[in-house]
This record gives sequence, structure tokens and C-alpha cells, in this order.
Amino acid sequence: MKISIERATLLKAVGQAQSVVERRNTIPILANVLIEADGDTVSFRATDLDIEVVDKVNAMIERPGATTVSAVTLHEIVRKLPDGALVVLTDGAATGRLTVEAGRSNFSLATLPREDFPVMASSEYSSNFSAPAPVLRRLFDKSKFAISTEETRYYLNGVYMHVATGEGGQVLRCVATDGHRLARIDAPLPQGAETMPGVIVPRKTVGELRKLLDDDDTQIAVSVSETKVRFATPEITLTSKVIDGSFPDYTRVIPQGNTRKLEVDAAEFARAVDRVATVSSERSRAVKLALDEDRMVLSVNAPDAGAAEEELAVAYGDEKLEIGFNAKYLLEIASQVDRENAVFLFNSSGDPTLMREGNDESAVYVVMPMRV
Amino acid sequence: MPALCRDCLTEFESGARCPACRSPRVLSHPELFDLSIAHMDCDAFYASVEKRQNPELADKPVIIGGGRRGVVSTACYIARIKGVRSAMPMFQALKLCPEAVVIKPRGALYAQVSKQIRAMMDELTPVVEPLSLDEAFLDMTGTARLHGAPPAVMLARLVKRMQDELGLTGSIGLSHNKFLAKVASDLDKPRGFSVIGQAETEAFLAPKPVRLIWGVGAAGQAALEKAGIRTFGDLRRWDRTDLHARFGSMGDRLWHLARGQDRRRISAHAPIKSISHETTFFEDTANPDLLDGHIWRLSEKIADRAKARALAGRVIVLKLKRANHRLLTRRLSLREPTQLADRIYRTARELLDGVGDEGPYRLIGVGLADLSPADGADSSGDLLDPQARTRAAAERATDAIRARFGKDAIAKGRALR
Repeated sequence: MKISIERATLLKAVGQAQSVVERRNTIPILANVLIEADGDTVSFRATDLDIEVVDKVNAMIERPGATTVSAVTLHEIVRKLPDGALVVLTDGAATGRLTVEAGRSNFSLATLPREDFPVMASSEYSSNFSAPAPVLRRLFDKSKFAISTEETRYYLNGVYMHVATGEGGQVLRCVATDGHRLARIDAPLPQGAETMPGVIVPRKTVGELRKLLDDDDTQIAVSVSETKVRFATPEITLTSKVIDGSFPDYTRVIPQGNTRKLEVDAAEFARAVDRVATVSSERSRAVKLALDEDRMVLSVNAPDAGAAEEELAVAYGDEKLEIGFNAKYLLEIASQVDRENAVFLFNSSGDPTLMREGNDESAVYVVMPMRV
Repeated sequence: MPALCRDCLTEFESGARCPACRSPRVLSHPELFDLSIAHMDCDAFYASVEKRQNPELADKPVIIGGGRRGVVSTACYIARIKGVRSAMPMFQALKLCPEAVVIKPRGALYAQVSKQIRAMMDELTPVVEPLSLDEAFLDMTGTARLHGAPPAVMLARLVKRMQDELGLTGSIGLSHNKFLAKVASDLDKPRGFSVIGQAETEAFLAPKPVRLIWGVGAAGQAALEKAGIRTFGDLRRWDRTDLHARFGSMGDRLWHLARGQDRRRISAHAPIKSISHETTFFEDTANPDLLDGHIWRLSEKIADRAKARALAGRVIVLKLKRANHRLLTRRLSLREPTQLADRIYRTARELLDGVGDEGPYRLIGVGLADLSPADGADSSGDLLDPQARTRAAAERATDAIRARFGKDAIAKGRALR
């Protein structure tokens, strides 16, 4: 194999590959990227056995072929090469090395045979549809903060993507929760997605997927089966196993009868929460909200460290209420609001609170209060 | 060479016998009066206390431990002659020494005696770090002027006082760091006093097996042996980076210990790192209901201790010992620290369900680790488990009832399993 490729193109492809490979693994070949050159495209393939990413790029191919080489090392080399450099990759079949040449730099890297590289078995997808990148970006960006990191409830370690009935008919819905907060985000159901089985997309896959969604004009081809999910742009294909488990019935978690309504400027609210939370460095610091006629007092009281208080003008017309929340959780849901005011719906100081943006029901958040 | 008589505490310049009282119990070492890090270890503490309480036992082999199914917690020196060792299963100990008098441990009594010893140690230095009821580290640095005598003399006086006033003997290790002090105290037990000086450290360690290192058990020893490391001498030949590459952070520790270096400080207020309890069954069992009852009772004990000390932990540990003595441990990190028996129990139950082993087991243990102050623990509820709050409130109410009407005033049915 011998190929010439522009540094920026190579960096992007290898960058994607190296973020998929596991830093610590016991199977040496899993640290490698599989480079295959044929026709006028080179594909870079990497896997951790749960996720596989294939990036196809154009290059000048002098001699087709394939080899595997450490993804991290290759990425480091390419990253350190000067911008605009032309990189030549040559696979010396006799030496078992891959040489990387650019200008006066010359590297020789150990390779492993391509036959040993595990390729994810292709599967039958029961549902195929296409969605604009900005739609998927919103679905996952607004829900991923609530993904759990707890090992016990492994089925919460991802975003539950499924078809549901929303306000105006069927929607494509993403839900994530860690038991303390929950995010439920809806988007219009793309054509062809009606029969999609609900799947839990693992956290790492959500992170990798995000890299495919930067460009507003891209259409993403989505394929879903009971066990796998695939997202593809014309260049990059990301295939991932889904979490084998059933997502809990989240609908009963979303409070229906919360009537005490608070409306507040989300950005102003977030800044105030951030300020008062400064006095306590604890992992789980509680911010107390004291609500009265069009007035909210935020306070933090940390016996060892100090106390803070701030008053905010809000729209609130119900009876007095005192309720405490984890400061981090409040900040995270407040920062999801970007267009209108944040609307909070409370019940009592012990019950889950609901938050949404204005009257928009397509993004709903639930957060559990803390005892204060 | 400076020398000290361990009987009359006379200091003199070397000699096989004390010039004052002619005692042969002479301690001499070039650095004797320069070292100040000590480890005191009582000799067969529980057994010695029992013998003191009941003089009839004085010349009989005594074993402290629980039941036929339990293990030996302490054996007196007479029983040790027969081969009985601590941690040995009781049936084996009784096979070796059938005439032994077996006594169930009386924790409260030992704790009371331990307090008396502690008071004596506190008179020597404010920096006493107890490791258990019967052993402690003492940092005597800078106390010579105060006492008008170097640490070695004061330590010899301490063990003499323990013997005169409490009727108990102890062994002292004196060196320049914790690791070596602990190694030294074990060198000529009972009634020992050993010194390891700076100058001889490396030569002393070189032929010693690596299992001297605290934390290197059977598994660690096997791993080291695989790398060709049996003795400290072997360890010395290893490069620091290689050790680190092979054994991780433990490698760094090994590298230092190989050179007799140990920079851990003696701390009088060592924080509690974990709380755990375990039970050895009368009969091996795989019965899930029985195990469930044990997990609940152990969880309650742990929660009681955590609550008493205002601590909460984030890691739950389940320990099972199979009938063939193979140990299984499983651990799980919670999102937030807890001190509630309910959460400890539920998490341990999940660990048991996922253990992937049929049993039978001879022992079960539950632990709470990664402890932090309880302030703010268990204050947020769980969206997916709406009952959790109610159960937590019920547990707090149970605690209040017990505080007022006694421990047995109220209990869960599960506790009777």
C-alpha cells in the first residue's frame, strides 16, 4: 500500500479513529486503526468492539492495500506535522512496518496484520430514515447531561431514543435520566422512522455521534435494529451496539399535577445559582429557593464554609414555597434554556419539579429536590 | 556502643551484662539513642488478658476465638508451641492442640485494658497511632529533652510498666520509619525489643522475603514471584520505572520499601477509611433467604456505626467466602454517599444477585467505604424509586424509637430471617 494524503484530511480521519479506541485494552489490535486503500478512497476504521467508526476520504493511491497501526501514535504524529503538509503512507510488506513521510520527517511504525482486525458483523436494520443534523444535535445535546454514570442501573447509561406520542402526534423522542434529573426531548418524526424499535444509545456513542453533527446542511442516515444503531454521513459511518436492557417507564416520573408556576429569566437565574453556590465546595451542595409573591430568594448555607443569599424578581403567584435543589443540577437544566424564559412547575418541597422553556412541550426536564 | 539494661533501665557503654543489676537483657546498638519511630505490639493480647483475669489458665494453652466454625483470633504462647496460629480455622487448631481452653472474645474487656495501655503511651508522646486494640505506632521525635531520656529508654520503661502494673507483656520495634518499626517489633517476640538503624537497613532487608510488606498477601506474593522477586534484594535490582510499569502505584511503594524508605507519617488522628462487618456461619449455606437476613443485619450494624460517627460512604463492598475458603469481593460506587441501612442493604443485595456464584459460603461481609462527613448525605430522592424517601423516613423514625425505647423496641421482619 502506498498513499498520499493531505495532512488536515488525515488528521480528521485519524482523530475520529483514536477517540474510539480504548486507551487501556488487553487486545493489542484494538489499539490500532485499519487503513484500507482502494480505488481513490482510503478508509480508516477503528473499534472498541462496541462502537465502530469508518471514515472514507479521498487520497492519491499509488498502490492499493491495507494494514493496521496504532491509532494514538499515528494521530500524535499527524497532529505534530506542519499544516498543509502532504503525508505519504507506505506499507512495507517485507518489513512489517508502515512508514509515514512528510517533508523531511520520516517515521516507521509497527503494524499488525489486517486479517486480525475485528470487523463488526453487519446486521439487518429494521428501520432506516434520514434526519437533518441540527435535529439530531438538539435531541442529543439537550438530553445527554442527564445520562447516568452509575454502574448499578446500567440501562440508564445512555439516551433512550424511541418513537412516542407527543403533543401533535408521533414524535422522535430522546430521554435520559440518572434518577435525580430527567430530560425528555421531542422532534418531528422523520419519514420511515415509524417502525423504529426503541434503543438505548450508550454514552460513548452519543459523544462520538456529536462529531458527525456539526454541519447544519448534512443529512444523517439513521439505521436502527434491536441490537444496533448506525449513523452515517456520506464520509463517516458510526455503528454501535445499543445497551441491552429495558429503559424504565419514564412517563410516570414526569409530574402531571404540578400547579405552582414560576417564570424566570433562565440566564439570570443560572448566574444567581452559580454565585450563591460558590460558598460551598461540597460535592452535593443544596441551593434553597424561597418563593413568595413575584419574588425568589436563593440561598446556600454551609455551616463550615459560610452562607450566601440573592434575591431575584420573578413571576410567581402561588402560595409561599421553600424548596432545595442540588446546585449543579439546577445549573445544568437552566443552561438548556436558550430562547425564552424558564418555566418551573412545583408541587411540594418533596416532589419532583418540572421545567420547560416557555410553553414549549418539546423539551421537558424533571429534577428531584433535596432536603434542606 | 550505647547500651541499655531492659530490667533496671541503666544506660552504659556496651557489655553483655548490665553493670548495675547483672541482667543479661541488654540492648545495645550504635544508633540506639538516635532512633525515635516505634511500634508497640502486645504479646498474645487477648489470651494474656484472659490469663491475667483467671490465674488458673496461666500454664494452660488458651485460644481466643469464636465457636467451632470460627477462626483463631489469638493463641497464647503455650498453644503456639503446638502450632496454633491466628487466623487458623478453629477445628484445625483443636486438632493440633485438643487440650486448649477456648474462650470467646470479650471485646469490652479488651477495649478497657487497651485504654489503660493507651494512657501509658499518651504519657510518652502526643503522636500515638493505634492500629488495633493491642498495637500502635509512636512517634517519639523531639521528646528526649522533655523526658530527660532518649526514646529507647522511655519505651523500655513503657513495657516494664505494662508488665508491672497490668501484668501484660509487649514487644517494641524501634527504627527510623513506620515500616521498619513494625518489622522490628515482630523480630524477637515475646517481650522483644529490636532496633533497626539507618546504617544496617539495606543489609538487613536484602535477604528478607517481600511478604514482610504490609499489603503483600498471597496474591501479591505470587505476582512478585512471577517477576522473579522473592526478597528485598531481588526488588532492589529493579528499576523504578519498570516497577511502576509492572505494578502501578504499588510499584513506587515497592521501590521505596526495597530501600527501607517509608515516608508515611504517624498520625494520631487517622481518619476512618471504611466500616465493615462480617459473619461466619455455623454451617455453610447458599440459602438466599438466610443470606438476605445476614446482609440486612450487617447493613444495620454498619449504618448504626456510620450514623454514630456522622459519616456516609459512597462505596458498598460485599465479601463472600466460599466453603473452599476462596474469597469473592464485589464493590459498587453509589452516586452519592449514604449512611442508610436501606441503601447499603439494597446495594449489597444487588451485588449478591450479580455475583454469579452458587455458593455455598462460610462467611459473608458487608462494608461501607470512601467515607466522608454525613452532612448532606441521603438528602436527594430518586425519581425512579419514589418509595426510597418513605423508606429513609421510616429508618430515621426507627432510629428515634430505638434511641428512646432500646435496641429491640422495633425491628424489620427481615432481621429475623
